[in-house]
Amino acid sequence: MTDRFILSAILLIPAVAAILIAFLARFPNLRDGLGLIAAFALTIMVWCLLPGVMAGDRPQLILFDILPHVPLAFRIEPLGMVFAALASLLWIISTIYSIGYMRGNKEAHQGRFFALFAVALFAVMGVAMASNLLTLFIFYEVLTLSTYPLVTHKGDANSMRSGRVYFGVLIGASIGLFLPAIIWTYSLTGTLDFQSGGILDGHIAGPALGLMLGLYVFGVAKAAVMPFHKWLPAAMVAPTPVSALLHAVAVVKAGVFTITKVIILIFGYDFLFNSGMGSWLVPVAAFTIIAASLVALQQTNLKRMLAYSTISQLSYIVMATAILAPLSQIAAILHIVAHAFGKITLFFAAGSIYTASKKTEITQLNGIGLRMPITMGAFAIGALSMIGVPPTAGFVSKWYLLSGAFAVENYIAIGTVVLSTALNAGYFLPIIFRAFFRAEDVPPPLDHKEANVPIRIALIATSLLVLVFFVFNGPVIDLVMPIVEMRP
Amino acid sequence: MLAAQFPVFPVIIPLLSAPLAALMPNRLLAWLLALAVSLVVFVTAIFLAISVYDGTIISYAVGGWVAPYGIEVRIDAFSALMLLVVSGASTLALLTAKPSIDQDIAADRQPLFYAAWLLALAAYGGIAVAGDAFNIFVFMEISSLASYVLIANGPHRGALPATFKYLVMGTVGASFYLIGVGLVYMMTGTLNLADLSQRLMNAPHLHPVMLAAAFVTIGLALKAAIFPLHVWMPNAYAKAPSAVAVFLAASATKVMLYVLFRFDFLVFGGALALHDLHFASFLMPLALLAMIIGSAVAMREQNIKRMMGYSSVAQLGYILLGATLLSTAGLTAAVVHMFNHAMIKGGLFLAIAALVVRIGGADLKAFEGAGRRMPWTMAGFVFLGMSLVGVPLTAGFISKWVLVEAALEQGALGVALIVAILISSLMAVVYIWRVVEVAYFRAPADDLPPPREAPLVMLIPLWGMVGLNIYFGLDPHIPMELAGHAAQILMEHAK
Repeated sequence: MTDRFILSAILLIPAVAAILIAFLARFPNLRDGLGLIAAFALTIMVWCLLPGVMAGDRPQLILFDILPHVPLAFRIEPLGMVFAALASLLWIISTIYSIGYMRGNKEAHQGRFFALFAVALFAVMGVAMASNLLTLFIFYEVLTLSTYPLVTHKGDANSMRSGRVYFGVLIGASIGLFLPAIIWTYSLTGTLDFQSGGILDGHIAGPALGLMLGLYVFGVAKAAVMPFHKWLPAAMVAPTPVSALLHAVAVVKAGVFTITKVIILIFGYDFLFNSGMGSWLVPVAAFTIIAASLVALQQTNLKRMLAYSTISQLSYIVMATAILAPLSQIAAILHIVAHAFGKITLFFAAGSIYTASKKTEITQLNGIGLRMPITMGAFAIGALSMIGVPPTAGFVSKWYLLSGAFAVENYIAIGTVVLSTALNAGYFLPIIFRAFFRAEDVPPPLDHKEANVPIRIALIATSLLVLVFFVFNGPVIDLVMPIVEMRP
Repeated sequence: MLAAQFPVFPVIIPLLSAPLAALMPNRLLAWLLALAVSLVVFVTAIFLAISVYDGTIISYAVGGWVAPYGIEVRIDAFSALMLLVVSGASTLALLTAKPSIDQDIAADRQPLFYAAWLLALAAYGGIAVAGDAFNIFVFMEISSLASYVLIANGPHRGALPATFKYLVMGTVGASFYLIGVGLVYMMTGTLNLADLSQRLMNAPHLHPVMLAAAFVTIGLALKAAIFPLHVWMPNAYAKAPSAVAVFLAASATKVMLYVLFRFDFLVFGGALALHDLHFASFLMPLALLAMIIGSAVAMREQNIKRMMGYSSVAQLGYILLGATLLSTAGLTAAVVHMFNHAMIKGGLFLAIAALVVRIGGADLKAFEGAGRRMPWTMAGFVFLGMSLVGVPLTAGFISKWVLVEAALEQGALGVALIVAILISSLMAVVYIWRVVEVAYFRAPADDLPPPREAPLVMLIPLWGMVGLNIYFGLDPHIPMELAGHAAQILMEHAK
């Protein structure tokens, strides 16, 4: 009974918050206060479930059948727990940050912005808790639809163009590839439930299996595996808080989370490994990692560079899952968390720079570290985590990824990680160097210091999380161990 | 006692009220009468649907003369579903018609207009419940004549050539149908559909029957606007008064498809060996072409009503595709989509009617800035558009799902069909999104009067349709159950 209550609350809090925010749009303080309360309430509810799930509970909420044997239903298993806990916690921080950013930049339509933000979180919670593929797909699409107006928030010609790419790629791939894969699965097995060990074993074999995996991996375009990545740089026209929470954490992680979940709980680990039909995914993800890093090297716009870095980092997670080794599986989940902390920090920093100085290009950043030490300090921590230097979160996941790759002797993966680490260093370190050790060539048109207080609070919070996760990652590993240990 | 007479209500009540409407002294009373009658028919349809929900078939002998000699009114799950669609569409359209009809049609002509409307309603309902081929023809003629009047009342001169085109094509279609019916009557001496399918099995010669099948199928395909016989349809909807478009777009062509399925599956399917295969191999390519070409034309169309007309061509393709799969699953998908598409297209035309009332035109250009000027109406349009595309949580999604699932049963051919379904869906995304971008991203011209939302009498039913689309997207049991029975009835001859 209480499980049902908590699960309903997790879905209802952001949904109700969205409606109330829309109605209170004209009272900024009330509206933003309400958003913050909703974020805290959601986080408390989600984290309430954590001890139970760690002890082996699987709370569930089954509403009604949409199709025979396919209900609209929710069930919390460890993967979803990690994702929901992560997204709700970061919602608090990014709400604080958004308040500072939206007010600092005097953005228009703030009511609509915060309401849709809450809708997006509602969708994320649905994706995280879905107990079958259809439920997941429904919320996956709600997430696309609710973020489209956030991407096109400015409403000018440029954001309309970008919105077209965003919407076209995400909806096109999900209707054209993801949905057929789901229906195919349903017609083969008669169910869409996520089950440990998968549901496809014995129903499909040979190249068809590889094809189905392809439909899932590319159909879930939110994971931005090349060539379905173009929407992510396009989404950077959105206000920075959207890029930070949604396009570095919630939306993209919904993508890799879906792929991970499909591989473990629909295909089944052993089944895919023994069939050998999943092996093509490692080189494809490796290509995305390297290619996206090479593109990132050439970017001059800070947010676009971060976007390409995200594409590269997402494929780390896809590759870690595709290695199909227990340790790399842990790495995939750890990296979902580690990259989230690191990348949200980097985006917060980019938004902080923009709010204080209106600068968007990397070449403009000479000497900015002296004016904005907190921002650039946080940026440095986030960047080190991307490269994977201790004592940051990124080191931990890379460690497990390499361990897993060595265990099954997957040299493509090992080579990719080494090369990509060098590339990451190649595009992050120069920015840090530029910010702290180069003198300002010309005094900026705007004499500025740090950005406003809410932005600083958010930056400090997330960069601390990056550091803390280096030490305190045990709970996540404990949580996912039961899924990973399925394999003999 | 009264309940026993329910099966004929959908025909006689509007038929008898039509002259009354013509005699009404002013437009308000005429409208109220039409709305009340339509509502009564709708409620009757709901009752009938409930009583056949478990698969029973109601047979009503008109005047007490038993079939096959007398006239039989026959209501099964399929006809009940069609009655729901027809009377629901008519009620929705009439409920919201007042503002747009007052704009489109002169006050003194309105009582006659509503009389024609009631005749159309009686006739479409009659086609749905009639148990014999000749009465179907009679009602088809009444419905056509009434529809010509309704469409010709359109606000612009373009309505007349559009009506004329419809009239010529419609007459050709009805004549073909009549020739076909004449041929089977010649071979069997009966017109009752159930009786026909029995007697045709013992027909002495099969060539006249085959010829009849060809005439009936093509004649009905013309009336159902099956590609490439659809050319009358987009203009007829675009030039008609907005409220008429709501009614006809949701129901007219579907009723004709209904008759087509009845004949091809029940009458000819049982009598002619391989008829099913001929039917499928003839119509499946047309269905696919309709899906792709209809959507492609809609993508380039500059007038929103015509865009929706071509979208209907594509959507009828989905329905036909489901039927040509020749399986219970396929027919279920087809019938469910008849129901869902009626809700979607009725709603979309209603949104357009509301926009036209305030904006004045249906050209895409006139919709610039509509997202800001009429936020609620446009939001309703977007939701229904998503249902048309087949986004989850909407009725359209259920349609696509069952259709794709039915196609998957067909093996390799099914995969090719699914590709076509998905391409057509993505094309629907494009044309709906063209409207969205114009409405939300283009600034309205400066010289426009201050923005005003659509009248509540249109807005509330519009959101009612959005709600229904979401409800049936979440819980499709009712249409699925009715469609399942309908599919079983249609597939019975195959056993």
